[in-house]
Amino acid sequence: MVPILEVKNLRTQYKTESGLVKAVDGVSYYINEQEIVGVVGESGCGKSVTQLSVMRLINSPGEIVGGEILFEGQNLLQFKANGPEMRRIRGAKISMVFQEPMTSLNPVLTIGQQLIEILEVHLGMSRKNARQRVIEMLDLVGIPGASSRIDDYPHNFSGGMRQRVMIAMALLCNPKLIIADEPTTALDVTTQAQLFELMKSMVERFKSSLVIVTHNLGIVARYAHRIYIMYAGRIVEEGSCKEIFRNPRHPYTIGLLKSVPRLDDQEGKRLVPIEGMPPDLIQMPSTCAFLPRCSYSIEQCRVEPWPELRKVEGTKHYVRCYLKTEAWEQCRSHSATT
Amino acid sequence: MSMPDELILEVKDLKMYFPITRGLLKKKVAYVKAVDGVTFKIKRGETLGLVGESGCGKTTVGRCIVRLYKPTSGQILFNGKDISSLPENKMRSYRKNFALIFQDPYSSLDPRQSAGNIVGEPLKIHNLVKSKKDYQERVEKLFQSVGLDPSLMSRYPHEFSGGQRQRMGIARALSCEPSLIICDEPVSALDVSIQAQIINLLQDLKEGSLGLSYLFISHDLSVVKHFSDRVAVMYLGRIVEITTPKKLYNNPLHPYTKALLSAIPVPDPDIEETRKRIIMKGDVPSPVNPPSGCALHTRCPIAIPECKELVPLLRDVGGGHEVACIRVK
Repeated sequence: MVPILEVKNLRTQYKTESGLVKAVDGVSYYINEQEIVGVVGESGCGKSVTQLSVMRLINSPGEIVGGEILFEGQNLLQFKANGPEMRRIRGAKISMVFQEPMTSLNPVLTIGQQLIEILEVHLGMSRKNARQRVIEMLDLVGIPGASSRIDDYPHNFSGGMRQRVMIAMALLCNPKLIIADEPTTALDVTTQAQLFELMKSMVERFKSSLVIVTHNLGIVARYAHRIYIMYAGRIVEEGSCKEIFRNPRHPYTIGLLKSVPRLDDQEGKRLVPIEGMPPDLIQMPSTCAFLPRCSYSIEQCRVEPWPELRKVEGTKHYVRCYLKTEAWEQCRSHSATT
Repeated sequence: MSMPDELILEVKDLKMYFPITRGLLKKKVAYVKAVDGVTFKIKRGETLGLVGESGCGKTTVGRCIVRLYKPTSGQILFNGKDISSLPENKMRSYRKNFALIFQDPYSSLDPRQSAGNIVGEPLKIHNLVKSKKDYQERVEKLFQSVGLDPSLMSRYPHEFSGGQRQRMGIARALSCEPSLIICDEPVSALDVSIQAQIINLLQDLKEGSLGLSYLFISHDLSVVKHFSDRVAVMYLGRIVEITTPKKLYNNPLHPYTKALLSAIPVPDPDIEETRKRIIMKGDVPSPVNPPSGCALHTRCPIAIPECKELVPLLRDVGGGHEVACIRVK
């Protein structure tokens, strides 16, 4: 299968007063057609900056300093961020659902004005046809009374409803790829479940691909086909959803899985936190960035630079770690000691 | 848990209505019924989890207990004494018996006070220290008990990470040796890997003390279930179900609890494949004008016409499992 998006060695940096922040430092990944991919990591790991780089939405002091973003055979980095080529792609072929439905809609325009504009600009539709299409789309994403609510302003909608509007907006031009960046973080769990079910059915219906950026391992377990785990601006592990959850290999992934309380936990189970803190992205060591927090490190980890993503033999699983299979197994079976 | 059945807190039919005023004369036009008849008990040494979605009134319950709000009606019995209508001057001395841990470790610490001062101030206010030396020692001990280096005492909040700040908040809460700590979303603002550190710390503190009780308020059922001895589920100002975490997961009875459980994904794709999903329709209605009868009837998959009229009361269906639903036998 040919991937619809392929990112190669992407590097995005921010120049700050205290130094150069390597927010994304050599990230490579791909998205296949009609695939749901999860990108998981904690705050500051570069998962959002990666997606914003793909959309070419990085503003000063941030800058994309290297890599390739291949979409439909073209390298998006050859275009100007605000040039006509990017504007034809952004919102039409690749669209985004942002984290905060409160701030990503314009409060002084009606929902209709904001959605109709997209169809007029990208598809050259007449206002009348566009309005009809927008009503259909709002109806499809489950907004009751779409034909009258189209003339309401964002503040007339609840958080969940606004995020439905955002999803409708993202789907309007039937994009190849939808990037959902923590789309439900500010919302309640029952609303979260509604929205993810909606997004899943919509991407299946429109035959789009979906990237879910999140820190919630449960969501990717439920919806993703394939998963990338990010840490300190790099991908540390990649594999199919089942493979990652059945046989996590990177000590960070294993740590994450053990540190979250689960609904199906036995009573009295103790969580195993990952000790320490994520590294400072300004003073990154050349060795593995997880080394200070890893209790399974070997001599090689301390002397040699952080390895590249390597394929685990006999699997379709990639991991950025020197440890051997036995060490990973030991790491997985290790439970709380204190 | 030396005295297992001694009640530390009993809340009876607590109501908190916030008036909506309009115009120059502040005429009351309506009420937000944030808490509308909540009853529960906490035993000494017990952790009660209070879970619900935003706007269900869980935070208001916590704030009423420490009397940051004066309840509209109902009783709050602390060690058997009703504190719901104590005057403010008498309330002040009572407050050393409870402490609050807040959600946001960034805005809940005074940026202009040193870490040591933030943690130690309650000791001074309640005259719990005899001398400067005593004070210094107590604060140092508090720092150590939450895993902070006492040498950081003279630093200011902005020099700490989110997890460390939450530890400071916990040290401050512990300073007066309270018998009840109300944790209001204590880990929601923290990163996944830091959350576990704080949860474990709170658990250790409880095990290391004699009879410390928690009221643990959160929207995250996984965290609440992990942490609590009993869990109360709230919806629109009322408790709909109270039971042990085990029963809640294995045998939820209230339709809202069922939907809430099924909405939370388990980080395991093999389990996820087989789980039933109940997707609730619509949004949570406004607490200004909540639905009549059972507040859930507008969204409930098993509602019958009677649900519109009868307000279901919490009743014990066996083994301390309480549920408020007329459809549950």
